Amino acid sequence: MDLSTQYLGLRLKSPLVPSASPLSEDLDNIKRMEDAGAAAVVLYSIFEEQIRSERYELHHALNQGTESYPEALSYFPDPTQLFVGVEDYLKHIERAKAATTIPIIPSINGCTSGGWIDFAKQIEQAGADALELNLYNIPTNGDQSGADIEKQYVDVVAAVKAAVTIPVAVKVSPFFTNFANMAKRFDEAGANGLVLFNRFYQPDIELETLEVVPNVMYSTPMAMRLPMRWIAILFERIRADLAATSGIHRGTDVIKMVMAGASVTMLCSSVLRHGIKHIRVIEQELRDWMDEHEYTSIDQMRGSLSQKYCADPGAFERAQYIRAVGVHTLRG
Amino acid sequence: MSEQKFYTLDGNEAVARVAYKLSEVVAIYPITPSSPMGEWADAWSAAGAKNLWGTIPSVIEMQSEGGAAGAIHGALQTGSLATTFTASQGLLLMIPNMYKIAGELTATVFHIAARSLAAQGLSIFGDHQDVMAARQTGWAMLCSNSVQEAQDLALISQSATLDSRIPFLHFFDGFRTSHEVAKIEVLSDDVLRAMISEDRIREHRLRGLSPDRPVLRGTAQNPDVYFQARETVNPYYQRCPGIVQAAMDRFAQLTGRRYGLFDYVGAPDAERVVVMMGSGCEAAHEAVELLAARGEKVGLVKVRLYRPFDAAAFLAALPKSVKSIAVLDRTKEPGAGGEPLHLDVVHALFEGAEDGRPLPKVVGGRYGLSSKEFTPAMVRAVLDNLAAAKPKKAFTVGIIDDVGMTSLDVDDSFTTETDDVRRAVFFGLGADGTVGANKESIKIIGENTENYAQAYFVYDSKKSGAITISHLRFGKKPIRSTYLISQAQFVACHQPVFLDRYELAEPLAPGGTFLLNAPWPVEEVWSHLPDSLQTALIAKKAKVYTINATKVAREVGMGGRINTIMQTCFFAVSGVLPREEALDAIKSSIIKSYSKKGDEIVQMNIRAVDNTVANLFEVTVPDRATSTLRVRPPVPAGAPDFVRNVLGPIIAGRGDRVPVSAMPVDGTFPTGTARWEKRNLSLEIPVWDPQTCIQCGKCIFVCPHAVIRSKAYEPKQLEGAPTTFKSAESRLPAWKGLKFTIQVAPEDCTGCALCVEICPAKNKKEARLRAINMMPQPPIREEENLNWDYFLRLPELDRRKLTTQSVREVQVAEPLFEFSGACAGCGETPYIKLLTQLFGDRLVIANATGCSSIYGGNLPTTPYSTNRDGRGPAWSNSLFEDNAEFGLGFRVSLDKQREFARELVEQVAPQVGDSLVRRILQNKQRSEADIYEQREWVTELKHKLAGNTSSEAKRLMALADMLVRKSVWVIGGDGWAYDIGYGGLDHVLASGRNVKILVLDTEVYSNTGGQMSKSTPRGAVAKFAAGGKPIGKKDLGLIAMQYGHVYVASVAMGGKDEHTLKAFMEAEAYDGPSLIIAYSHCIAHGIDMTGGLKNQKVAVQSGHWLLYRYHPDRGLEGKNPLQVDSAPPHVPLGEFLQMENRFRMLTKSNPDAAREFFKQAQKDVRVRFDLYQHLAGREPKVSDTAATGDNKPVVVGAD
Repeated sequence: MDLSTQYLGLRLKSPLVPSASPLSEDLDNIKRMEDAGAAAVVLYSIFEEQIRSERYELHHALNQGTESYPEALSYFPDPTQLFVGVEDYLKHIERAKAATTIPIIPSINGCTSGGWIDFAKQIEQAGADALELNLYNIPTNGDQSGADIEKQYVDVVAAVKAAVTIPVAVKVSPFFTNFANMAKRFDEAGANGLVLFNRFYQPDIELETLEVVPNVMYSTPMAMRLPMRWIAILFERIRADLAATSGIHRGTDVIKMVMAGASVTMLCSSVLRHGIKHIRVIEQELRDWMDEHEYTSIDQMRGSLSQKYCADPGAFERAQYIRAVGVHTLRG
Repeated sequence: MSEQKFYTLDGNEAVARVAYKLSEVVAIYPITPSSPMGEWADAWSAAGAKNLWGTIPSVIEMQSEGGAAGAIHGALQTGSLATTFTASQGLLLMIPNMYKIAGELTATVFHIAARSLAAQGLSIFGDHQDVMAARQTGWAMLCSNSVQEAQDLALISQSATLDSRIPFLHFFDGFRTSHEVAKIEVLSDDVLRAMISEDRIREHRLRGLSPDRPVLRGTAQNPDVYFQARETVNPYYQRCPGIVQAAMDRFAQLTGRRYGLFDYVGAPDAERVVVMMGSGCEAAHEAVELLAARGEKVGLVKVRLYRPFDAAAFLAALPKSVKSIAVLDRTKEPGAGGEPLHLDVVHALFEGAEDGRPLPKVVGGRYGLSSKEFTPAMVRAVLDNLAAAKPKKAFTVGIIDDVGMTSLDVDDSFTTETDDVRRAVFFGLGADGTVGANKESIKIIGENTENYAQAYFVYDSKKSGAITISHLRFGKKPIRSTYLISQAQFVACHQPVFLDRYELAEPLAPGGTFLLNAPWPVEEVWSHLPDSLQTALIAKKAKVYTINATKVAREVGMGGRINTIMQTCFFAVSGVLPREEALDAIKSSIIKSYSKKGDEIVQMNIRAVDNTVANLFEVTVPDRATSTLRVRPPVPAGAPDFVRNVLGPIIAGRGDRVPVSAMPVDGTFPTGTARWEKRNLSLEIPVWDPQTCIQCGKCIFVCPHAVIRSKAYEPKQLEGAPTTFKSAESRLPAWKGLKFTIQVAPEDCTGCALCVEICPAKNKKEARLRAINMMPQPPIREEENLNWDYFLRLPELDRRKLTTQSVREVQVAEPLFEFSGACAGCGETPYIKLLTQLFGDRLVIANATGCSSIYGGNLPTTPYSTNRDGRGPAWSNSLFEDNAEFGLGFRVSLDKQREFARELVEQVAPQVGDSLVRRILQNKQRSEADIYEQREWVTELKHKLAGNTSSEAKRLMALADMLVRKSVWVIGGDGWAYDIGYGGLDHVLASGRNVKILVLDTEVYSNTGGQMSKSTPRGAVAKFAAGGKPIGKKDLGLIAMQYGHVYVASVAMGGKDEHTLKAFMEAEAYDGPSLIIAYSHCIAHGIDMTGGLKNQKVAVQSGHWLLYRYHPDRGLEGKNPLQVDSAPPHVPLGEFLQMENRFRMLTKSNPDAAREFFKQAQKDVRVRFDLYQHLAGREPKVSDTAATGDNKPVVVGAD
C-alpha cells in the first residue's frame, strides 16, 4: 500500500503532518513525531506581533527602575548578545533538520511585508524544506476595506515568494466574502500550497471574574466540514496543493479529506489530546480502511470526491445547506 | 609608549578592566559602591572574556565579604592570582583574613571603593573610614584620586604586590571616583604585560600549597617565638615603597603618566601646604594652582602610598620653605589625638626634625565624610586657616559645627571654574531615563570630540519618584573638578513637577540656557514658572527653551522615558557639537546601544530624535517677573519643629546646611515623619466606588504604601464631613449599623495600581470598572486632601473589638508603617504594614540592611509611625550580617527586664495590693483585650507606686512597661537570611527563644541591584548569574523545620491573602521561634509591577512557590505539624517563568541554557511538592513528640 503523497513539491511518506503547535518547540517531540510516522512537521509559529511586543516589553522591563537609586543603577546584567528576533527559531530549524529525515516546515505568522522577508530568507538558509505563511489576523478597523486587506495579504505572499526559492504554503482563514477568489489570487501570487483553515482562538467570558479570557479549545471532528468543502471545491481549480487542517482526529477523517482533494492532512488537536503516538493510530486506521476497501494508494483516492469528480457537485454549495437545515427542522 | 586610546567610563569599570585582566580567581560579594566591579567581572567571565594570559578568570560569588576574603585567601595559598572588590562593612569583614594574607606575605590586590562605616547611621557614600579601619593589617595602601588614576594605580599595585610580596589595598573614593564617568586613556595589554613580571608570578605559584612540594602554613606559635616571627617581615615593608616607586617609574616610561609616592603641586617656595589623599586632591589641586598663580605661597602634597608610610619620601616631596601644614583626613577617629594621616605626617615631620629639618606648624582637619562636598573654596579656607597666627586645630571643613565650633568659614564665591569648561546640570526623575541619556551624551562628547569629559550623578534615596541631578563637564584639558557644578551654562529641568519644589535656576550661570520639559504650549510656559525662577532667569539673562517631551515620547512609544528626546534637546541648544553632527552622533549611539534589543527599539529612539527638533521652542523672556506661583515649603507649616527645621531642609535638598547642633547625637530619630513629606508623585490615584465595593479589604491589604485605608464608625461621625466624603453602610455583620469608608491619601499614593488589580468587585454596568479605579489626580487632589484629613480624624475601631480572623476584618486596623520610599508596587512592604496593623503597638523590629532598612529608615523621613496613644514600632538596623543575633539580643534583654519586673511586682505586693499583682502576673496577654487590660493594670500599678520611695518601687517604675507583652520581629531580605546572615539566623532558630523572623524573599539581592542569592531560583538571570542560575533555590523553610520547635510558614500575599494573615497570627501566638518566608515580587524580577500580585498567584499555582505552615503545637495535638496549603501545581511552571523577565531574559540571551534550566526547574517543582506532600501526609509517631526536651515534635524526613 502506498501512502505517499506530493505536497509543496516534496514527496512525503504519508499525508499525516503534525501542524504548528507548541509540541514542536521541543526537539524531542519532533523526533517522536517522526518515530510515530509523521511525514513532515510544521514547526510552531513565530508571531510577528509577538516578537515586536516582546522586544518592547524586554526593553521596558530592563530599563525599569534603572539609573534612579544609587545602590541599584540597574537590576540585570547587560548581556553581550540578545536573541530578540528569530535566532533561536532558526537554530531550532537547524537542529530539527539534523535530528530527523523528514521535511521540516517552519511557520511564520505575520500580515505585513516588513521584516518578514528577511526572516523568510533566513529560514531558507537555516535548511527549511518549505515555509508556511500563516495569515493570522483579525481586522477590526472599520475604515479599512476588505479589498485593502485582501490586497495586503496577497502582497505579503508575493513578497515572500519573491524572496525565497523554497516552496511556500499559505495558511488562511475562511472569512472572506469570496474565498474562491482569494484562493485564486493566492495561487496566482505563487503560493505552492493552501492550508485550509486557520482556526482563530475565540475568547470566552468568564462569569465568575467577569473577564474576557482566551480560551483555547481543541477542534472537534465537526470542524473538518468547512475545510473539506473548500478543498473539494478548489481541487484542480488552482495549481497550489491543498492541505487540510481542523478536526482531523481519525483515519477516516484523513480519508475524507484526501478524497475531497487534500494532499496532506494536518494534525493538531488530536495529537495534543491523545499524544504524539496517536499519529501511528491514525496511520493504522488509514491503512486498515484502505485495505478493507481495496485502495492501493493515496494518489488513487485524492480528489475522488472533489466537486470536480463527485457525483453531485452541487452538494458542496450553499443550497445544500438550506436543504440540510430543512431536513433538520422536519426531524425536530 | 603605546598608542593612545581613550574611553569614557566610570571608576569602577576602569579598575575592574585591569583587575580582571590580571586575575585568575575573583571572589565577589555585592556592596555599594563597589558592586559594579564584581558585576563587570562576572559579566565578562560569563561572556568568555580572557585575562592577560588567555584564560577566562573564575568568578565566584560568596555568601559574605568574609567568605570572599576566605576564598581569596585559599586561592592565593594555592598559587592563583586572585582579587576581590569591596567597601565599608565588607572590608571590615575581610580584616581577619587580611591579617593572615599579610602575615603570610601573599601577593594580591583588593580594590576598594572607599565608603563610610555604619556608626550613628549607615551611609553608602564615600570617605576613608573603611580603609583606615584596615590600615593596621599589614597591607600596603595605595590611593587613587580620579578615574584615570584608579585605572593606572590598579595596575601599579598589582605590579608592586608581586614584586614586594606585600598585599595591596588599592582604594579610591566611593561614588566620587567609583561612579564618576570620565574620559580616560585606557591601558593596553602591552602595558599590562610590561608591568607584570612573569618571574614573580612563577614565584607566587611556587609558594602555593601543593602535595607535590608539601609545606605547612598556619601554625600555632607560642610565647617563645611568635614575636620574633612577627618581626621577620620588616625588610619586606622597608623595600615596599621603593618597589612601588620603581613600578610607577616603569609605568611612566610606558604611558607618560608619572606618579610618585607623594606628589607635590603648588608654589616651589610654598609656606602653607595641605596634605591629603583621595579625590579631594583634585579639587585641592585646582585651588592651589590658582592661588599659586596669584602669587600665594601655597602647595599640596598628594599622598598616594599611605602604607607603608615612607617618611623620607614624604619629606622629600614637601618644600623646605613650608611653615605650616594642614593635614586633611576623610575619616573620623573619635577620641584619638588626631586622625590617622595627620598623625603619620606629624611622625614624619618629627623624624625630619631629628635630622635637623625645621618643624613647621601642623594642624589636622576633617572633611568630606559620606561624600560631603569638598570644593576649592574649602581648600582655600583651609589654607587661610594656616595663615592665621593660631590656626584652628582639629577643624572641620564643609559643615557648620556650632557645637564643637570646629568648622572653618568658607567663602563660597571662590571658584576655580573657568569658561573654557562647559558645564551642564540636569534635573530628572529616576524613571525618565535622564541619567542614562547623560551617560550616553558624555560618551558621545568624549568619543566624538577632542574634549575631556566628566559626569557625576546625584541620586535620591527613595526608590519611587526619585530625583536625579546630573552634572556634566567637558573641555579641552583633563578635568579635575571633583565637586558639583555651581555655575552651569546649561540647566535642564526634565520634569515640570520640580518647578514648585526646587530652586532650579540656582546652578545657572549668567547668560546660561534653561531648558524645560513642560506640557504647556510655548506661549504659556513662562506663566507656569514660579516667581523665584522667573526672577532668576531674567536677572541672569538666560535663554529659555521648552519642549513637551512627554508628548513626543508617548507618540513614538517610549512611555515615560524622555531620555533620548531631552538628550537631543541638549545637543540642539547647547551648541557643544554642530547640530547635524550631534544628531548623527546620537543616532549612532542609539544604534550601538539598542541594536541587540531589536530594530523596533532602535527605530523608536530614532523617531524620538527626529521628532524632537520640531517640537523644541524658545520661550520669550519678558523684562520682569509676574508670577504669583511660589516654590512650596518642603513640609507643611503645621509639622513638628524637628520636621520643619531639620527634615524639611533635607527634603528640599539643603541638608548640607543643617548645623551639627540640629542633629541627634546618637542617631535617634522620631518615627512617623513620612506623613509630612507630601511627595505628590502620581498623576493617577485610586478612587473608591462605594456602590460596587464589597468591603473585602483586599485593596487595603495589598497597598504597599498604606495610602488606602478603611474605617468603620458611628454614623454620627459623618456630621460635618466634607461634601465629597464617601461612605457606605458597613457590610460586615460585626459592624452592623456602622458606616464604612475607604479613603485614599492623594499626595502619598505612588500610583502603582496594585489595589485596582486585586479588587474582585466589578461594576455591573461597565465590567472594566471595579470598586476602586485609577482616575486623574490633579482635578480631585484638593478635595481628596480634605477627605483624607477628615478620615484621619475619625476614631479608630477599639482594638479590643478587633478580630483578626479575616482580611475583611483586619482592614480597619491602623497601619503603623506608611508612605515609605519603597518602589511603586513593592511586594515587600504590604507584609510589614500588616505586621504593624496586627502587633504594631507592641513591636520591636530588628531590621537587616537592605531594601527594608532603606525604605524603613533612610533619612529624611521615617515610615514607622505611632497610634493615638503614642505607641508604635520601635525600629533599629544594626548591620547586614548580624540581624538575627541583634533581634535575639532584643528578646533576651526584654525577657530579662520583664522577668525582673515580675520579681519586683511581687516584692511591692504589700504596697500595691495582692489583687493587682495577681492580675498582672497571671494575665497571659493572648488577645488584644488581654493586652489592653494589662496596660490598664500597669497604669494602675504605676499610679500606686508614684511617690513610693522604696528602691524596689523606683526600680519597678523604670521597668513596669515591660510587664506588657513586647513582640520582637526580625526582618530582612533573602540576601541576609539565606546568605550573609544565615549562620546567625540558624542560631536564633535553634535558641528556641520567642523571636519572630520575617524573610522578605525577593529571590535576589534587590537593594544592591539584583545580584544572585542562594534564594535565587534555577534559571533566573541575575547579576553574578548572567548565564542563569544553574542550581536550585535553597529551601530555608525545610531546613528550619528540621529543628521541630520552629514555627515555619511560607506565604505569598498574592497567592492566598487569608493564608498570609493566618500565618502571621500563628507565628506571633506561638511560644517559640517563628519563621515566615514571604514571597515578595520585586522590580528586580523584570515584571510589570502593577501585576505583581498576579505573578504571585501564578507562582503559587505553578508550584514555584509553596504555601505551607509547620506548627509545632499541632504535633502536640497528635497531628502532623506540617500543612501544605497550596493546591497541587496545576499551571505549567513555564507559564510563570514566561511572566517574568528574570527568566525570559535567559531565553533571549542563552536559549539553550534556558530550555535545560526550565525543564529542570519544572522537575524541581514536582519533586519539591511531592516531598512536602509526603511530609505533610505522614502520620506522626509517638517518638516524634518525645524527641525533644521541651516536648516539641520533630516531624521531618522520610519514614
